[in-house]
Amino acid sequence: MQQLTEIRWHARAGQGAVTAAKVVAETALSANQYMQAMPEYGPERMGAPIKAFTRISDQPIDIHCNIENPNVVIVLDDTLLDVVDVAEGIAADGVLILNTCTPPEQVKKMLGVPETVTVACVDASGIALDTIKRDIPNTPIVGAFAKVTSVIDLEVFKGLLAKNLSKKFGQEMIDANFTAVDRAHEEVTVA
Amino acid sequence: MTEIRTVATTGNLVVAEAMRQCRPDVVAAYPITPQTTIVEEFAKYVAQGRVHTEYVTVESEHSAMSACVGASAAGARVMTATASQGLALMWEELHIASGMRLPIVMANANRALSAPINIHCDHGDAMGARDTGWVMLFAETAQEAYDNTIIALKVAEDPEVLLPAMSCLDGFITTHSIDRIELLDDDTVTGFVGTYQPQNALLDIDNAVSHGCFAGLGGPYFEFKKAQRMAIDRSKAVVERVGNEFTKVSGRDFGLVETDMMDDADVAIVVIGSTAGNVRHVAKEMRAGGVKAGIVKVRCFRPFPHAELAAALKGCRAVAVLDRAESFGAEGGPLYLETRSALYDLESRIPVVNYIYGLGGSDVRLELIHRVYADLSDIASGSAAPSGLVYLGAR
Repeated sequence: MQQLTEIRWHARAGQGAVTAAKVVAETALSANQYMQAMPEYGPERMGAPIKAFTRISDQPIDIHCNIENPNVVIVLDDTLLDVVDVAEGIAADGVLILNTCTPPEQVKKMLGVPETVTVACVDASGIALDTIKRDIPNTPIVGAFAKVTSVIDLEVFKGLLAKNLSKKFGQEMIDANFTAVDRAHEEVTVA
Repeated sequence: MTEIRTVATTGNLVVAEAMRQCRPDVVAAYPITPQTTIVEEFAKYVAQGRVHTEYVTVESEHSAMSACVGASAAGARVMTATASQGLALMWEELHIASGMRLPIVMANANRALSAPINIHCDHGDAMGARDTGWVMLFAETAQEAYDNTIIALKVAEDPEVLLPAMSCLDGFITTHSIDRIELLDDDTVTGFVGTYQPQNALLDIDNAVSHGCFAGLGGPYFEFKKAQRMAIDRSKAVVERVGNEFTKVSGRDFGLVETDMMDDADVAIVVIGSTAGNVRHVAKEMRAGGVKAGIVKVRCFRPFPHAELAAALKGCRAVAVLDRAESFGAEGGPLYLETRSALYDLESRIPVVNYIYGLGGSDVRLELIHRVYADLSDIASGSAAPSGLVYLGAR
């Protein structure tokens, strides 16, 4: 039986969702898994709501369509909750991870998801502002994702993140990202 | 010894990598979504000195293919890439490239044609060029896009062929998705495609020739076209042979048509491109439910493998053809027309139905494929008559 994890990302263009999806895919590859990561391309303008999709499996992945019943939903911006149905189609035993200061119990109530769905909240923007000094919540939220799902290995992810960041940034930025990822991994709360 | 490197990257970036490994003398290209990252990446390779190609930045696709024609006639190995409106703008040069028997290889990132404006995937662009005399390969995955690009070059430059070849991959679905892909090492690819030996190079002044001359009234135009027809017919065996050679170096299969679960299939879907994966997935589910479902993927559309397709489908009780392109006013889409024609010489008449799907990137949900197999089961059991053309999933 194929072990397939389907992840849907919600973000605003410019928040780094596509980059995060890419590094998560690379993390899966280095664990010798199969994966797909596809952004949903539309009008490209900063701040517009965007979606991206990631599939991770122990076997080759045949299907090439959007993900309608995700096991995991990752939301990088809680203002999207007013404009996008982020919980749409989420699996009954799915996990929704949200960048927010609101407690998970309250988010769960707001979204009206079934009791069986896990809601995990982390202030990824706050952590990013503290550490990276910019509101780029994409890397910290992956720390929370690794904690609540165990789909990827955190240390492998950090290694690949460093490799990706080192193309554009120095060690200081890499360290700040590591701190952000570790803090989100620590601070995420679940309901 | 072949070294294989497994990477997580996009279809476009591995097409650029294949182009670099093929070491073209000239690339003339104009960027267009969703092809842009192919030429962007290739231009970077040139700037970095990782490939010694004359990279010509032109002002349009009309000029891109014109420059490719000139360079190829001069005797250079030439590659390029385009999509959609870009391919449409190349229209006259597509015919000139094949008529002058120039083995130019072009990646095409399949995208819908305007109007209305749409940047997403369908096969309307490539299918519009299906009668231009190019060899045409279609990829299901980014892996196949990489493989097909290398195979296309060796086929095009074969002295038995000398025709341009198109390596098509689905816009966004394949061009922009990150996938797990195995790359061959540079020496293996460079060795595989070999050194290009131009047959009638303009720059070979010891053997002076003219290209594209007037061949009008009383001239050999008609015979030129017959020679082109003979060349593309011959190319079928070459595509097969080169595909087999590629399997030997890569370990990956290549077929003009690729079949799955067809040995005892009652119902089958014929399909091109990335949707083949969706169909294979659903066919397995149908099998698990007791339906003898199969899939035939057409990987080489020109030359069209009629005999191979008929052989694959001959035992079926109902067949569906999925077209991601229109042929307005015809009985159905381009693949449907070819498939019906291929089945005409079989002794038994198999019901064939046509579904137009996924135009302009409309998502190909698995439920839609389930619906097609359900329709086929009804036709096979005699409980429903074959329908006319269906727009699958259109609102």
